[in-house]
Amino acid sequence: MSEFAFLNGNEAVAWGVRLSRPHVIAAYPITPQTKAVEKLSSFVQNGEMDCKYLHVESEHSAMACSIGSSSVGARTFTATSSQGLLYMSEGLPYASGARLPIVMMNANRSIATPWNIYGDQMDAMHVLNSGWVQLFVEDAQEALDMVIQSFKLAENHDILTPVMINVDGFVLTHTYEKVEIPGQELVDSFLPAIEKAPHLMNDQDPMSLCISAGNQHYMEFKIKQHRDMFKVFEQLESIDRDFEKSFGRSHGGAAAGYRNEDADVILVTTGSVTGTARVVVDSLREQGIKAGLVKLRLLRPFPSDDLFELIGKAGAVGILDKNISFGFEGTVYTNVNSSLLQKGYRGRTFNFIAGLGGRDITKENIEEMFSALLEQKGETVQYFNMGCAL
Amino acid sequence: MSEELIYTRPESLRERKTHYCPGCGHGIVHKLLAEVMDELGIREETIIIAPVGCSVLIYDYINADGIEAAHGRAPAVATGVKRVHPDKIVISYQGDGDLLAIGTGETIHAANRGENISVIFVNNAIYGMTGGQMAPTTMSDQITKTTPYGRNVQDVGYPIRACEMLNTLAAPVYIERTSIHDVKNIRKTKKAIKKALQNQMDGKGYSFVEVLSTCPTNWGVAPVKAAKWVETAMVPYYPLGVFREEKETV
Repeated sequence: MSEFAFLNGNEAVAWGVRLSRPHVIAAYPITPQTKAVEKLSSFVQNGEMDCKYLHVESEHSAMACSIGSSSVGARTFTATSSQGLLYMSEGLPYASGARLPIVMMNANRSIATPWNIYGDQMDAMHVLNSGWVQLFVEDAQEALDMVIQSFKLAENHDILTPVMINVDGFVLTHTYEKVEIPGQELVDSFLPAIEKAPHLMNDQDPMSLCISAGNQHYMEFKIKQHRDMFKVFEQLESIDRDFEKSFGRSHGGAAAGYRNEDADVILVTTGSVTGTARVVVDSLREQGIKAGLVKLRLLRPFPSDDLFELIGKAGAVGILDKNISFGFEGTVYTNVNSSLLQKGYRGRTFNFIAGLGGRDITKENIEEMFSALLEQKGETVQYFNMGCAL
Repeated sequence: MSEELIYTRPESLRERKTHYCPGCGHGIVHKLLAEVMDELGIREETIIIAPVGCSVLIYDYINADGIEAAHGRAPAVATGVKRVHPDKIVISYQGDGDLLAIGTGETIHAANRGENISVIFVNNAIYGMTGGQMAPTTMSDQITKTTPYGRNVQDVGYPIRACEMLNTLAAPVYIERTSIHDVKNIRKTKKAIKKALQNQMDGKGYSFVEVLSTCPTNWGVAPVKAAKWVETAMVPYYPLGVFREEKETV
């Protein structure tokens, strides 16, 4: 039986992990992920989870332990944030290249220097090329549900790719919401025990993993990895459909539209700010303004087809980035803009950079973004809620 | 009647409202460090490398130059600074998560190279800033947020004794463990910090001072009880004293 609880995003993730019955969790505490790993270590030590919790000495070791346990067939979870993710980053392509179905929560947080513990999405963008599926969630319920879905996705034998679930630091990790916790039996029937993948080891099937490949073979490995990544779109949609049948909730595929069908202007968002943007879209619609929203759930693989379809004929598109690629523009913008251009989109695109280092993104800021889109005014890249002129 | 000034805030200590919790040991260690810097007259020559952890904001308190290092990398950053400026006094100030978990490699190798720096290691047996998870120095059976039934040494290993471990290396010139659980030991701690800095001024090499300290907030006890716990629970496992005074000849 499912039950409702008042949980923050960290706790929701911990419940999603508990229900997914991993064999191994390896993690090092870092703000704002700590509550997730504290909850998980409690579940394990209370005997509520049959799982090894590895208290490692660093994120680098957390990823290495995860690679070890996943290589021998164990369902494996880890969680980190910010500098921790960057410290893990050497191991991330090892895991994705070895096609290990590890699932990770990344509590999105800014990157030093200056040192800052608050939320933005610089950390995830830093490892966009690591070969991990990059998923962004909007609220605690989606966070819980996507842990369960992510194990199913990562472990699918056509995919076999690790998944990073990005949960906005503090805004989601520390904010309490009403969350439905599905019943264990239902989760068990949706997400059966991990099947041994042909390329992974167990005691009946010893083999050498993480091999070397010289210039005769390396490129084929990488192109295969790249092509398999695109299979995520179809699998995610299929998993979400099954999830809806089992749990009565759907989160959609790689991207989801909101009042976008007839929209003149569209804002593209990732993560928690989507919630604020929905409210602004509703109020603009009440004023007769045809504003719409597209929530990007996947950044890798990047859903070019879905995005073009959702944006359609809107006259202008704004891409909200809680990150910046120094010397260029916001990373989500680069991706969306390139993809739309390839599809032949003719409207103007804008890049709205906001919320760095935990700076608020207010309803008023989002209204300003829509004004810029409606009037098609200003620079292509614009900054919001700046404390002072630079 | 003439007035005699018998006490003043050290010049090396900024006038700041503390961000540390009541009963936290960092304030004491900061003040001792500032007093020693005044006494040695090195305030203008000192560069402090801050860790990640509660004392990341040490630059708010110590009136000297400083650099914040990535988590665990303070001794490596200190090495870089010191090799460029051998005439400066370079202090690596670190907690137990920084020095003995994520930064163990840097700790051992800076010591092994015999870098002419002074490392001040504040060991309060828990991760303070992240809210009280198990540290490498957490005591056996100690309850933390990630060991709700106490540290099980069979599963997660024994608390690491930093001084004893570093004392296996040839290069360090000075290794001492002190505590701040009472006035007598606070005075000894000051002496140890002074010696560590004097060694550096004299060009002798690597000095390491481990200070057993308190974290009442994350231990879940009042400050007085926390100081008592250092004495009764930590000191027996982490014996106080000088482990190394001169460079070993090998």
